[in-house]
Amino acid sequence: MSAPLLEIRDVSTFYGAVEALKGVSLTVAPGEIVTLIGANGAGKSTLLMTICGDPRARAGRVIFDGQDITEQPTHRIVRGGIAQSPEGRRVFPRMSVHENLLMGAQSSGINPAPGLEQVFTLFPRLKEREAQRAGTLSGGEQQMLAIARALMAQPRLLLLDEPSLGLAPLVSRQIFQAIRRLNAETGLTVLLVEQNANQALRLAHRGYVLVTGRITLSGTGRELLARPEVRDAYLGGH
Amino acid sequence: MAYALQQLINGVSLGMIYGLIAIGYTMVYGIIGMINFAHGDIFMIGAFLSLIGLLLVTSGGMLDGAAAIVLVLALSMAFTALYGWTVERVAYRPLRGSFRLAPLISAIGMSIVLQNYVQVSQGARVKPIEPVVHGGFTLMQDGTFAVQLSTMQILIVVTTLLVLAVFTWLVTRTPLGRAMRACEQDRRMASLLGIDTDRTISITFVIGAALAAVAGTMYLLRYGVIDFYIGFLVGVKAFTAAVLGGIGNLPGAVLGGLLIGLIETFWSAYFSIQYKDVAAFSILILTLIFMPTGLLGRTEVEKV
Ligand SMILES: Nc1ncnc2c1ncn2[C@@H]1O[C@H](COP(=O)(O)OP(=O)(O)OP(=O)(O)O)[C@@H](O)[C@H]1O
Ligand SMILES: [Mg+2]
Repeated sequence: MSAPLLEIRDVSTFYGAVEALKGVSLTVAPGEIVTLIGANGAGKSTLLMTICGDPRARAGRVIFDGQDITEQPTHRIVRGGIAQSPEGRRVFPRMSVHENLLMGAQSSGINPAPGLEQVFTLFPRLKEREAQRAGTLSGGEQQMLAIARALMAQPRLLLLDEPSLGLAPLVSRQIFQAIRRLNAETGLTVLLVEQNANQALRLAHRGYVLVTGRITLSGTGRELLARPEVRDAYLGGH
Repeated sequence: MAYALQQLINGVSLGMIYGLIAIGYTMVYGIIGMINFAHGDIFMIGAFLSLIGLLLVTSGGMLDGAAAIVLVLALSMAFTALYGWTVERVAYRPLRGSFRLAPLISAIGMSIVLQNYVQVSQGARVKPIEPVVHGGFTLMQDGTFAVQLSTMQILIVVTTLLVLAVFTWLVTRTPLGRAMRACEQDRRMASLLGIDTDRTISITFVIGAALAAVAGTMYLLRYGVIDFYIGFLVGVKAFTAAVLGGIGNLPGAVLGGLLIGLIETFWSAYFSIQYKDVAAFSILILTLIFMPTGLLGRTEVEKV
């Protein structure tokens, strides 16, 4: 197995006195799609944000591409090649769709033109709405924008926090297909948090199950899908 | 009629000065949600630096007229910007993430520090200068009353419009301006996109201070007298302008500045010159009570 692109080693994260992550370890190899599933409040979003240093891990190490990034400021971490489509979408409401996308590419200094073309192929709806203020987009459109904005940085590691949230089933399927295609064609590495565990585990090479701040299970997508405890807790008995 | 026209001219040129300072209040409020009470004193520093610059530049008889003014303006902007940067770095940044009132208290402290610093280093006496910009036009003669448009007033309006044009371009069209707006709308997300938000905030203070320096230079040249205390009164009026226009809203700051300038001028002309400052304070209070979002405050619907 090649050296991991991302390695999280015994990471603990606190909100005040509340320990949201209690010694989490996981790895993501280059070119892998890894999914993280878990109930509400398990700490999934906290983990993605901790990778970006906001909040910062109080214990443990975050290693990206062989470099210890645990203590680096957030803007440095993401400039190193990590992009996140965060929980709650967080598009800039008083900027146009176009400007939101430019923000995605801004700090990496890359030419935004190829990225724009790529995300407009992926989400033609955004092309139609290019001049519209992001705050007036529908929820699903905002979700597309958040993902597209993350892709604009041409990251090596893409962190997606519930990308299918609020999307119609068809659009949600399109997004999963898009992730698969990006991964297959460009080797993009993805760490995916999903409520839709069924779809996520089918898509992912490997998965981890997070329960109140601890990893309790891990394995390939197929292995996890077959586990009875996963079926009962996260697959709604399908 | 002629009298009113004259007041209009005076009001607009005064309002431009308020508008330039109001931008600094509104920008800082937009990006870190605090009222920078030291901003009026940054304007005062700008006026003093212009005064020093003017004495240096004209004393040797090296330069005069337009070249001197441009040079003085540039020097004052550069050094005042440095003050703005330092104030943020020393008094506000260490308190980021502290309780909400902390930077506000620090700002009031900074305001006192700047005033005393200038009072001690420059003396408490009023500083007059010889008029630098002379001449003007008589627009209209109505009996014995002549409507005057001075070269200085033209200079204020033209300079302000130029500065505002550059500033607007910067905020709306450049990556830096986009980063500033991103920080204003969601600072945490901006840093998730690789924006160095501390640096962006610093730049905001630098730009606000540079604009205040333009206002300081114009104030000095127009009124010819300054002292260490001008920052307070002018600052409160500019702050009122920012609130009236809708705090956080950049065009609103300019609009508010113009309105305050006009109201103050007309009030002095038709009611009472002694109570002209009361007019500005009354507007501040009335705005806060009846229209807290200001004239151009946000009303559009947003999904969150
Ligand atoms: N800013 C915060 N301050 C205090 N506690 C927080 C904060 N953010 C999250 N928490 C707590 O940390 C725990 C983990 O939250 P997190 O958002 O990571 O969960 P999650 O797995 O993403 O849940 P969901 O599926 O609902 O998005 C929760 O108990 C939550 O209440
Ligand atoms: Mg979450």
